[in-house]
Amino acid sequence: MSTKVVEARSVTRRFGSFTAVDEVTMDVAPGEVVGLLGANGAGKTTLMRMLLGLLPTTEGTVLMLGGPPRRERRRRLGYVPQNLGLYRDLTLTENLAFVADAYGTPVPALPDDLSRYADVLVADIPLGAQRQGAFVAALSHEPEAVLLDEPTSGVDALARATLWDTIREQADRGVGVLITTHYMQEAQQCDRLLLMSQGRLVAQGSEADIVGSTRALVVRTDDWAAAFSALNDAGAAVILDGRTVRVADAGRDEIARILGAAHVDASVEPVPATIEERMLVLAHQAR
Amino acid sequence: MTYGLTSVDVSFGDVRALHDVTVEIPAGQVVAIVGGDGAGKTTLLRTLVREVAPDAGHVHAPSKAEIGFLPASTGSWAALSVTQNLNFAGGVYGVRGAALDERRTALLATAGLSAAADRLASRLSGGMRRKLGVCMAIVHRPRLLVLDEPSTGVDPVSRVDLWRMLSEAAAAGSAVVMSTTYLDEAERAGHLVVLDAGHVLVQGSYDEVRAGFPGTVTRTGSAVRPGWSWRRGRERHEYWPDGDAPPRLPVVEPDLEDIVIALSLARRADAGARA
Repeated sequence: MSTKVVEARSVTRRFGSFTAVDEVTMDVAPGEVVGLLGANGAGKTTLMRMLLGLLPTTEGTVLMLGGPPRRERRRRLGYVPQNLGLYRDLTLTENLAFVADAYGTPVPALPDDLSRYADVLVADIPLGAQRQGAFVAALSHEPEAVLLDEPTSGVDALARATLWDTIREQADRGVGVLITTHYMQEAQQCDRLLLMSQGRLVAQGSEADIVGSTRALVVRTDDWAAAFSALNDAGAAVILDGRTVRVADAGRDEIARILGAAHVDASVEPVPATIEERMLVLAHQAR
Repeated sequence: MTYGLTSVDVSFGDVRALHDVTVEIPAGQVVAIVGGDGAGKTTLLRTLVREVAPDAGHVHAPSKAEIGFLPASTGSWAALSVTQNLNFAGGVYGVRGAALDERRTALLATAGLSAAADRLASRLSGGMRRKLGVCMAIVHRPRLLVLDEPSTGVDPVSRVDLWRMLSEAAAAGSAVVMSTTYLDEAERAGHLVVLDAGHVLVQGSYDEVRAGFPGTVTRTGSAVRPGWSWRRGRERHEYWPDGDAPPRLPVVEPDLEDIVIALSLARRADAGARA
C-alpha cells in the first residue's frame, strides 16, 4: 500500500494577516516515524491541527489516508496531545472505557506495568504512567496513523525508552507516526525529520540533512567563564558545553579576534553543528 | 565557596524521598540534577533552599536573601506585566531605582524578552514565561541560584537563551544548580547528578561519569535478557553489569542516555534482590 497516511500539499494557513503555515508540502508513509521539529511559533501545532482535520487550510490540500479529512477517516487516526487528553478526575480504566465507548471498540487491556494503576485517578498516577496510559487510549482503536505532540516530555530515560517501544511496535505494524519533540536525542530516533521555521518547511531528511552546511566552533580553554563572557558580550550565539564553549554560525577569525582582544588563551576548532544549533541560526536570521 | 547537601535523608510520611544524598555545588559552576518525574529532584532543591527540613544530614546554603529560586510552578505573576514582575522581584531583594532599571534592561535583553516588556505574564509563551522566571530569580545576583526544571517543555531556541542566562550567572561567580529531564542538557553542565527514586545513581562531569561506568552495553535486534534491554531507534541496547556479554554481540560506546538507563535497571534489580 503506497497511500500516505497523512499528506499536506502546498498548505498555507493564515490567521488575519499572520501566516502560521506557509506553503508546506510533506507526508508520512505507512510504517514510518517522522519527527517534526521547530522552535515555538514555527507552525508545528497549526500544521498538526490541519493534518488532524481540526483546522481548515487557507490554501492547499490536506489528505488523510488518501482522502479529505472527514469524520469517517478521522476515526482511523490516533492522537496524543501534549496535555495527554485524559480526564484527571477519572481512573485510568474509566478513561479507557470512555474512549472505547466513543470509538465503539472493546475496552483495551492494560499492559502489565500499568495494571496497578487501573483504579487510580489519573491525577494521582506518576507522569510516565500517565503518558503510557494516554498511548493505550489513543491506540485502542488500532489507528492507521498516529500523531504525537511531545509524547515523552518530563519522563525519565527508562520510561521514555518504554514509550518508544510502543511507537516502534506501531510503526512495525505499518502505522505511520508523526511526532513533535523538543528533545534532540529523541529526534535522532526518528526515521526522517522535518524542520519548520517561521511557518515554512526549511529542511527535511536525516540529521545531516537538517544540519546542512551549518557549522559550529568549539572553543577549548582553561577559563571557560572568561571565554563565555567575552563571546557573549560580543553578541555571539554562544552555548556552554561542559567546560568548553560552542559558537554557532560564526567565522573562526572573528571568534579568535574577540578572544584575543579579551586576552583569553583558547583553541578554536570548526565542527559540524547540532540540530539545535541549526535551529538557533534560523531563529537569529528571523529576529 | 561550595554549597550543597551532605548525607541528606528526607521523608514525607512513609515515603522516603531522598536517601543519603550528597551533592556539592561550587561557586562558578553549573550543576545539573537529572531524573524523571518522582526521582526526587524537586525535594532535593527545596531542601537546599530550606523549604523542606531533612530528617538527617546537613544543608550548606547562604541566607535566603542570597539565594535565587525558581520553583517548578511558573515563578511569575500572571496578572502583572514582564516589567512589573521584575520590578516586584527586585523590590523584594532590595534592588531599586537606577540599579534595578539597568539590571532589568540587561536581563530582558539576554532573555530575548525586551520586545515583550509590557506584556502580561499570562500572555507569554511557556518558554518566555520560564525565561522571565529565571530573570526574577537572578535579579539580585544571588550567590546560590536554584532552578527547578527551567527548561521542561521549552523549545530548543529558548533553552539556549536559558542556558546563556545561567552560564552568565556562573561566569559571574554564582553557584548554579538546575534540575532537568533532558539528558543532553545534563551533558552540558560542568557537573551532573543522576537521581533515581531518591538515590544518587552517579555524579561527576560527563567525562567522569563515562569513565566510571561499569560493565558493557551491546547492540542487538532482539535482546538476550529483555529485562536488561531498552529501545534505541530501530535497535535495542542491552546492559551487562559484569562485562560478560557474549562475544558475538557488538559493543557500543554508551552515551548518557544508555548510562542512565543501565544504572536505573541495575539499581532496580538490586532493590528487587534485597526485597
